[in-house]
Amino acid sequence: MTAATSHVTAAELAALNKPRRDWRFWLGKTGIFLGMTFIILYCIAPFYWMVVSSLRLPTMGRDTSFWPNPVSFENYPAVFDPINGFGRALVNSVIVSLSTTLVTLLFGILAAYALARLRFRFKGIVLAVIIGCSMFPGITLLIPLFKMFTGAYPWMPINWMNTYQALIIPSLSFGLPLCVWNLTAFFRQLPVELEQAAMVDGCTPGQAFRKVILPLAAPGVFTTAIITFIAVWNEFMIALTFGTQQNMYTAVVAISKFTGAYGFDTPWGTIMAAGVLVTVPLIIGVLIFQRRIVAGLTAGGVK
Amino acid sequence: MSQGAATTIAGNTPPVTEKRKKNLLSDGQGTLAGFLISPTMLVILFVVGIPILLSLRESVFRKFTTPDPTTGMIPEGESFVGLQNFTDIFAHPQAVDGAWGNIDRLINSFLNVTFFTIICVAIETVIGVAMALIMARAFRGKGFVRAAILVPWAIPTIVSARMWGLIFDADGVMNKILGQQILWLADNSYSQWAVIIADTWKTAPFIGLLTLAGLQTIPSDVYEAARVDGANAWQQFVRITLPMVKPALVVAVLFRTLDTMRMFDLPWGMIGQGKYYVETISMFAYIENNQLRYGTAAAYSLVLFAYIVLVAFIFIRLLGADVIGDEETRAITEQRKRQKALAKAENRKTKLAKTTITSGEFQS
Repeated sequence: MTAATSHVTAAELAALNKPRRDWRFWLGKTGIFLGMTFIILYCIAPFYWMVVSSLRLPTMGRDTSFWPNPVSFENYPAVFDPINGFGRALVNSVIVSLSTTLVTLLFGILAAYALARLRFRFKGIVLAVIIGCSMFPGITLLIPLFKMFTGAYPWMPINWMNTYQALIIPSLSFGLPLCVWNLTAFFRQLPVELEQAAMVDGCTPGQAFRKVILPLAAPGVFTTAIITFIAVWNEFMIALTFGTQQNMYTAVVAISKFTGAYGFDTPWGTIMAAGVLVTVPLIIGVLIFQRRIVAGLTAGGVK
Repeated sequence: MSQGAATTIAGNTPPVTEKRKKNLLSDGQGTLAGFLISPTMLVILFVVGIPILLSLRESVFRKFTTPDPTTGMIPEGESFVGLQNFTDIFAHPQAVDGAWGNIDRLINSFLNVTFFTIICVAIETVIGVAMALIMARAFRGKGFVRAAILVPWAIPTIVSARMWGLIFDADGVMNKILGQQILWLADNSYSQWAVIIADTWKTAPFIGLLTLAGLQTIPSDVYEAARVDGANAWQQFVRITLPMVKPALVVAVLFRTLDTMRMFDLPWGMIGQGKYYVETISMFAYIENNQLRYGTAAAYSLVLFAYIVLVAFIFIRLLGADVIGDEETRAITEQRKRQKALAKAENRKTKLAKTTITSGEFQS
């Protein structure tokens, strides 16, 4: 059907195709715009306040002007004052989060592959156990683990307080379910035909997994790694329980115990600067990988 | 990987042997699955299973606190006290003054947890769904909003606690904006609201994200059909959007609920410990544990555990939250249910047939 044979002229067609722009349209547009502004303000404003407060003079910690006047970076060196041990705490956080993430990935990839691909008995139960673990109150596990690691049980004469393993092993209790759950969701999205094709071409299942599935799932694995890393990095209760000496604090515990370098008053400027230092790397990472992280969060739906 | 398992992967039915496999469901992949699953299950056994059993054991023991009449010394070790750690909540209450009057400290924290959970989750759900609806309609700036929404999620709770602590300071910006002199952090009912606001800020965007994912799965022709039938915006929302987004939303709300019930970091970092208006069960049990009163600490943590299990059960049963989300498992459960119903209708004993279904399709 061409314009020549049609009953409507080209001008009429153009008029019909043009979207209606009456008051309703503009009302809707304004509403959406206002809504978006609200969401952005809602999410960013408190964070902005933290950044601004960290840029004030150390003596002006409680100041409430909306722009730091004068802008000062003195709080940032103060964060690393030896009395806070913050540098060491950052290193501890990296060690604990990285090792927990690596261990959970190692175990999680295997388990998730089986859960997503293989048919076996008790699958429902295994899935329920894993999801159940992620719903758990951490405190229930913490009390016996604390007793165990302080050597209070005669059958376990160890003292693991203030060791890395005491920070890492309990973290597996929430890290591993989170990781398995996310990875299972990712593996399920990959078409099973890929492996079947690989096996028709003579791959063993192991090879099909290594050479076909793993490379394809790499984005999912990577996203899961970030999500797990952030979850462990942000974990507080375990780190507070098992790292009781300053040299074994993680970054979040250090922030919760900050006394600061200036005076007896709560050193708000220093605390906020430390908060910014802990958060900004996470936020940058999250912004770079935001698409994948959103996909991971919505696929896993756990944390 | 073992040879035997290797031959039967990926949905191929095993060669028919004379003796049929007892469990058709496993399809011979069980061995491989066992190999792959067991490391994870072993770790879970050690860091979750055994601690829970030990917790149960701890909760019926108690440290000696009274001197031995023969020696006059407080003996080392623990004694079995049965359920006394639980019953003492009522028999010997440790009364504190919180938002709920002068009541036992555990009951106080229990009420706090209930209050926080109901209020926080309700507000978060409303704000989160509103956010999702806005984002679903956005034409431009979607990426920017999505980036902004991840900021509260990425901030460590303890950092957020201190950040809100500064905002809610007596000389802080919240009082400046409101033009009030409220002592938000001084252990009163305002501090409850300070905690609620801080928690809502951090987690409403998360519900928004999950709901948005649910919204995006609704095909647009459903709405077109509704419009043709003359449904207005509200009717579309109530009759189409909400029912279709419900599975995603219920799971998100379930996870948020359980997460709020075990809240610890936020009141701890913002208001402090031993503040009865905001003390949660997690915090109270933690403090008991720090005092080395393992018995009561374990008992209280088990109260929280039971509470969480109960709420999760209610969610899954009443609201039909499909947390597992595995089609195969779901299909098997449904098939079993139908078989049971059928057996009941025909008035014969239930005999659950072994199933061979694979991907959500029913074959009976």
